[in-house]
Amino acid sequence: MKFGIVVFPGSNCDADCYHVMKHVAHQNVEYIWHKQDDIKDFDALILPGGFSYGDYLRTGAIASFSPIMPAVIDFARRGGPIIGICNGFQILLEAGLLPGAMLRNRSLTFICDTVNLRVNRTDTMFTNQYVQDQVLQVPIAHGEGNYYCDNETLKRLQDKQQILFTYCDADGRETAEVNPNGSVSNIAGIINERGNVMGMMPHPERCSEPILGSNDGLDIFLSIIEWRQGVGMR
Amino acid sequence: MKQLTYRQMGLSDEEFQQVETILGREPNYLETGMFAVMWSEHCGYKNSRPLLKMFPTEGSQVIQGPGENAGVVNIGDGQALVFKIESHNHPCAIEPYQGAATGVGGIVRDIFTMGARPIALLNSLRFGDLEDARVRQLFRGVVAGIAGYGNCLGIPTVGGEVYFHPSYQDNPLVNAMCVGLVDQDEIALAVANEVGSLLMLVGAKTGRDGIHGATFASEELSESSAERRPAVQVGDPFMEKLLIEACLELIKEDLVAGMQDLGAAGLTSSIAETASKKGLGVMVDVLKVPRREEGMTPYEIMLSESQERMLIVPRPGKEARIAEVFDKWGLDAVVIGKVTADGMFKIYEGEILAGEVPVEALTDGCPVYVRQGEEPPHYKEAQAYDIDSLPRYDLQEALLKLLASPNITSKKWVYRQYDYQVMTNTTVIPGHGDAAVLRIKNTLKGVAFTTDCSSRMVYLDPYRGGMLAVCEAARNLACCGARPLALTNCLNFGNPEKPDIYWQMQNAIQGMADAARALNTPVVSGNVSLYNESRSAQVFPTPVVGMVGVLDDVSKRCEMSFQNEGDIIVLLGRVRTELGGSEYLAVCHQIEAGEVPQPDLHEEVQIIEMLLELCARGLIKSAHDISEGGLAVTLAESAIQGGLGFETDLPAAADQASQILFSEAPSRAVVSLAPENLDAVKEMASRYQLPWTVLGKVGGRRLVISEGNHELIDLDLEQAGHTWGEALACIMK
Repeated sequence: MKFGIVVFPGSNCDADCYHVMKHVAHQNVEYIWHKQDDIKDFDALILPGGFSYGDYLRTGAIASFSPIMPAVIDFARRGGPIIGICNGFQILLEAGLLPGAMLRNRSLTFICDTVNLRVNRTDTMFTNQYVQDQVLQVPIAHGEGNYYCDNETLKRLQDKQQILFTYCDADGRETAEVNPNGSVSNIAGIINERGNVMGMMPHPERCSEPILGSNDGLDIFLSIIEWRQGVGMR
Repeated sequence: MKQLTYRQMGLSDEEFQQVETILGREPNYLETGMFAVMWSEHCGYKNSRPLLKMFPTEGSQVIQGPGENAGVVNIGDGQALVFKIESHNHPCAIEPYQGAATGVGGIVRDIFTMGARPIALLNSLRFGDLEDARVRQLFRGVVAGIAGYGNCLGIPTVGGEVYFHPSYQDNPLVNAMCVGLVDQDEIALAVANEVGSLLMLVGAKTGRDGIHGATFASEELSESSAERRPAVQVGDPFMEKLLIEACLELIKEDLVAGMQDLGAAGLTSSIAETASKKGLGVMVDVLKVPRREEGMTPYEIMLSESQERMLIVPRPGKEARIAEVFDKWGLDAVVIGKVTADGMFKIYEGEILAGEVPVEALTDGCPVYVRQGEEPPHYKEAQAYDIDSLPRYDLQEALLKLLASPNITSKKWVYRQYDYQVMTNTTVIPGHGDAAVLRIKNTLKGVAFTTDCSSRMVYLDPYRGGMLAVCEAARNLACCGARPLALTNCLNFGNPEKPDIYWQMQNAIQGMADAARALNTPVVSGNVSLYNESRSAQVFPTPVVGMVGVLDDVSKRCEMSFQNEGDIIVLLGRVRTELGGSEYLAVCHQIEAGEVPQPDLHEEVQIIEMLLELCARGLIKSAHDISEGGLAVTLAESAIQGGLGFETDLPAAADQASQILFSEAPSRAVVSLAPENLDAVKEMASRYQLPWTVLGKVGGRRLVISEGNHELIDLDLEQAGHTWGEALACIMK
């Protein structure tokens, strides 16, 4: 399976994602430079974390207008799997591929830590390797990860089961105390209605090898591979 | 008028006369400014150079010692670490966020200039008393600045130290360290020029920011320092990130003959250093330099310290390919001058010659001052302090007070703001070990880094304090299982023209040098920051040590936290009772005095070697060195981080419990191990001729320290954990 990692100027988790896909998941993987406009022969895309264009206007805002983005949007329309991590999630929001927006963390500071995440659905191409309500330990590292959407959007996300990951305690409870950044409904990651575009603030590529303290994140990538083997590219 | 000018620029009357002699005429404004920055302490090391010669700089592990942008050590497999620490103290006193941010930017450029991929950042910070709102604002700003810059670059900030003392009230210390990884055959050195080589400038446009920053860094802070704000640079981490990627691509493709970052003294310094190493000359046209503002003078262009700029000397014929690489990253590179044969540094403004000086006069011609040190009166007084005269202090209350002391308490409020995991190499994260440990991908190896300096000890006894800083750094690495390889240092002192400050420098450097020699950790790079004084105080002498080490097998790394119920807790090294200079005296008795514990370098070598063997053979589950707060704090931290209590029994020692618990004497560590390994550890200790004491065992939810049947301390683990874990966050709320 061939993964493409989209590199914007200022991306800084591109090499980390590459390492996991190549050396841990043993997949075919290539970088895609943001000035490219053709991504036909890829099976899945990863928009990695970082500070694209310095995040100078608003996180992800400038990147969403870069030359590669029309092709990314087209890839999504055709049903191709796309995962946006951290800044990648912010770009997906700015590009309108996922609903909602990011605010600054409630603390107004950058937060680097390891948090508990609850898996709310396992019938997706990103979570089929987990068990329902499994609690994962996954690192976060962001200054603007405070997910916001209006009530109407929230209700739709809930009704359509689009809230894939939520911040929780060790027992899986979504309490206010364990919400690191103030996100609406403890939202850490969401999926689009069609189920092929996923964005999450935590970094699964940082917990995909036991030597880093946890490999709870690897199954997200393995889920995509499993899904592909099961049903093929639709 | 003329006097006013050169004095304002930082030149003394004698130095100005020297310039006149060199040129055989009066220098013009531009030339005077160039000499002033190049002959500042920051660039020329004119007060410290004779003292720096004391440091050992060689060893079989050293690939590049002092003299380049950073030091380089061999870590095997054809790889090397490139590292250096640097200060940005004065800018942070005025503008904490930008001061700290550009400090990070500057040290990162030093590392990738050598062709290395930066893989880790560390820092060493000193602030005044946190009771003061202005200090909290400086602290908050500096931490945010380090985070804002380092996080954006995607280089993890993996370690460091923070220390608070009123002597830093108006003059915080902000030292940043960067470590890079490089294949030995790709190490790039600053120069390899031939006559006719072009000079290309790339990166940010040149503005009026930071003019005379190097001079500013070399004078005492005063009330008018706030007016120096134009001397503080503004950082753009996104531009720096592009420069890193583009410059490393140039080196991979072998397109450059030389590369130099623009730091202190801007174009003047980087161009002079490019040419001086081969006795060549250089000419530059300031009109070719892309500028941010209209109407900048040659003086402003040559002295600007605008950030995120690099000087590139292309390999002949590679200019077009270089331009292509920069274009890919959206960067403009322009030719601003070339290398000449006449040994002169000529600055043109178009056709007009704006100034010319001999290159060597700027660099090697910098005057050197050997000064006379003088022991300050406080030294003997402090040494003579009679500890036995202290009133009794409840031991349990003392431990709680120490755990809440900003110097000891968890620094999570700080490191939580740093991205310490990006690059997915950090295997011992901040707060969990005595040093940071990173794996090296595609090898079994790990590397470990730490920064250390117990400033109070250096203040009370510069010689012993200097030794202690080096010893602690090495011991911290060994506690993680990493063999210490080499060090970099940042020598932060007050005004060297004062005899007592010069005495501090002399003795601290001698102490560091002696320890570095004994531990085989040569000094491969460093930075000197003097004139750290303000109206209110001169800072504690603070010679910060940044040390790197290597683990052959990163899976053998060790952390500080207790792991399993029933494990045996052993003190390695002597039971010691010296309280001089301790945090206990300062926090519980408001006393900063006493004889600083005597380091025994042979014993230090022995304990380091033994810790390394213990880790390599997998005989211990945790290791934590004894430093600030003494044995009691060491035990408490291992317990809190492990989520497991302990029951310990002190060796009977008539009425010396407070000394035993809170002495910060060196060459000691607390380890925990499975009971079945105790005999092997004892056998090993006798082989290394090291005393050992079984203190007790891990387990339960309480921290219990007794002496025979007498319970000295019995603390709830949660309470201790809360006190230690939340104190700093509470203060900063």
